[in-house]
Amino acid sequence: MKGMTVIVKKTTQLIAGLVFLYGIYVIIHGHLTPGGGFAGGIIIAGSFILLILAFGSDFIRLTKEETGSTMYENLAILIVTFLAASGMLFGARIFFINWLPKGTAGELISAGMLPLYNIFVGLEVAASILTIFLALIIFKEEMPE
Amino acid sequence: MNPLIPLFVIVPLAGAFLIMILGRLIRNLDKYLASLILLFLVSVSFWFLLTTGDKVTVYKAGGWEPVNGIPIAIYMVLDGFNTLVLCIINIIGFVSVFYSITYMSRYTSENYFYALFCLMIAGMNGVVISGDLFNIFVFLEISAISSYALVAFGVEKNELEATFKYQVLGALASFIILLGIGLIYWKAKTLNIADIRMVFSSGYDRAYYLLIQILLLCGFGLKAAIIPFHAWLPDAHSSAPSPISAMLSGVLIKAAGIYVIIRLFFNMFAISQGMSVLITTLGALSMVTGVFLAIGQWDIKRLLAYHSISQMGYVVLSVGIGMMMISKGIRDEIAALAIAGGLFHLINHAAFKGLLFLNAGAIEYTTGTRDLREMGGLAKQMPVTAATSFAASMAISGIPPFNGFFSKLIIIIAAVLAKYYLLAVLAVIVSIITLASFLKFQRYAFFNKSDDQNKRNIKEVPFPMLFSMIVLSIICLLLSILALPGIRETILMPATDILMDPSKYASQITGI
Repeated sequence: MKGMTVIVKKTTQLIAGLVFLYGIYVIIHGHLTPGGGFAGGIIIAGSFILLILAFGSDFIRLTKEETGSTMYENLAILIVTFLAASGMLFGARIFFINWLPKGTAGELISAGMLPLYNIFVGLEVAASILTIFLALIIFKEEMPE
Repeated sequence: MNPLIPLFVIVPLAGAFLIMILGRLIRNLDKYLASLILLFLVSVSFWFLLTTGDKVTVYKAGGWEPVNGIPIAIYMVLDGFNTLVLCIINIIGFVSVFYSITYMSRYTSENYFYALFCLMIAGMNGVVISGDLFNIFVFLEISAISSYALVAFGVEKNELEATFKYQVLGALASFIILLGIGLIYWKAKTLNIADIRMVFSSGYDRAYYLLIQILLLCGFGLKAAIIPFHAWLPDAHSSAPSPISAMLSGVLIKAAGIYVIIRLFFNMFAISQGMSVLITTLGALSMVTGVFLAIGQWDIKRLLAYHSISQMGYVVLSVGIGMMMISKGIRDEIAALAIAGGLFHLINHAAFKGLLFLNAGAIEYTTGTRDLREMGGLAKQMPVTAATSFAASMAISGIPPFNGFFSKLIIIIAAVLAKYYLLAVLAVIVSIITLASFLKFQRYAFFNKSDDQNKRNIKEVPFPMLFSMIVLSIICLLLSILALPGIRETILMPATDILMDPSKYASQITGI
């Protein structure tokens, strides 16, 4: 797949970073404002998909990219499982318990474990959406003409 | 709260993703890690089987206590009934994963196989252990989606076609189940099974209640492949790799289908005569139709798959007889006998059907064919496979020293005592036809002389496959002791009691 015109490429370069930052914003404010891990993860995956669409699949090596995103996905979900299981080691020793100090409501660093869950769920969602997208493109590239 | 309960979900889930990461770096780690995980789960589930008894144990995830008597946490419940099902899941899982060590070495990307396998185990354990309706749905989807991928693991034309059919019908089932759960949540404002019973016991709209019951029966009936909903089963179960067929037929249709139907219709809904007649009819229908569809098959795995439908018919039938007796409010001991017979057959079916699919896999592994007409004379070359498959065939057709005889006997006695003579006669006839079709399997596969016998160089399968088959055939023989009076009281009766007295389940859970 070839990339698009110079205009599209330049605009994407300008926008993709902002989209990425906005995704991070949605994730880390997940416990305060609407949105959270899932919504932010989708936005982050969107910024990558935008770049791939504009620059074409020749620009990046897709299979290598796919290995990386699968790895991130597995790591993120493993960390979420361990965070949930960590409740069985600390505090009241119950699965999924929120054992970190809660802090003041409304502060960025508050709500105990929730921001951590949001961050790793966001990573997981971003990586898995990107993996699905890449798997579809790779499949199309490999199809015999 | 017992910290071992959530491990049934955590350990296989974390294991699946560890396999995906470490399996790329270290060779052969996937096989051994998956076997170890399943071995651990087998020991934990056995420990629970021996210690649970009549107790109902509840684990509240997140430590959320009920507010004004309304449970808000995710409840994980262990009682006599689901410890039995957990044991089945994990034993058959362990045996299949050990079998795959050599069987799956012919396929590529093995670590995906073991990761998906662990994920499927996590899903099924979650369905069985969960005490609330929405989490049953979530775990059902985890196990169903991983099984879609596992059925298609060979990525040939047949497998892809079968998995497509399975996926379409599975998605339809999930949709119907979700609709039913949504309707329940709309009226009852709660998702906890025990709490829903409490809410509905104070009065409900009859038509609405019936709609929910029908929706859930259709949805879980599709997952359990009871007769009008069985179209996906023969294709999916015969196209999957053999250890997966053993899992699907031996465990998945029980954990995701029959278990949930029994749990919901005994412990959540009030038992009504209409529903019990419907369930008994569906059971009798699948028992009879399944066996007639099976006897004409020449593909071994398709034959076994149709027999799964028929044997599940026995389970549904006897549970239905139990419901009918309870709804009439007379002679509880017959109801208890019928339910115990059904549960006993559920356990037995997991053992012998798992074994039969592993046998079919062994035959396919050495001869490369699934067609009965192309085999023959294998008894000399593969003595262990022949012996174990003989044991399993006798068990499924109900020949005395094996477990299948005792469970079918209990079911037939219960039907006679309940004065459903027609159903008893049907059960006997179906059992005879089952015997006929398994004698056909034995004769064509193992005893018939094939023409090119000397040309082919057929050897017995490697050790891990032999080990799994021998273990399961010993289990087939040993399970018959569950029918003995002393052992029946400790293992089968707690499960029957929790189903017989539905208000006990609800009051115990909301009380804790």
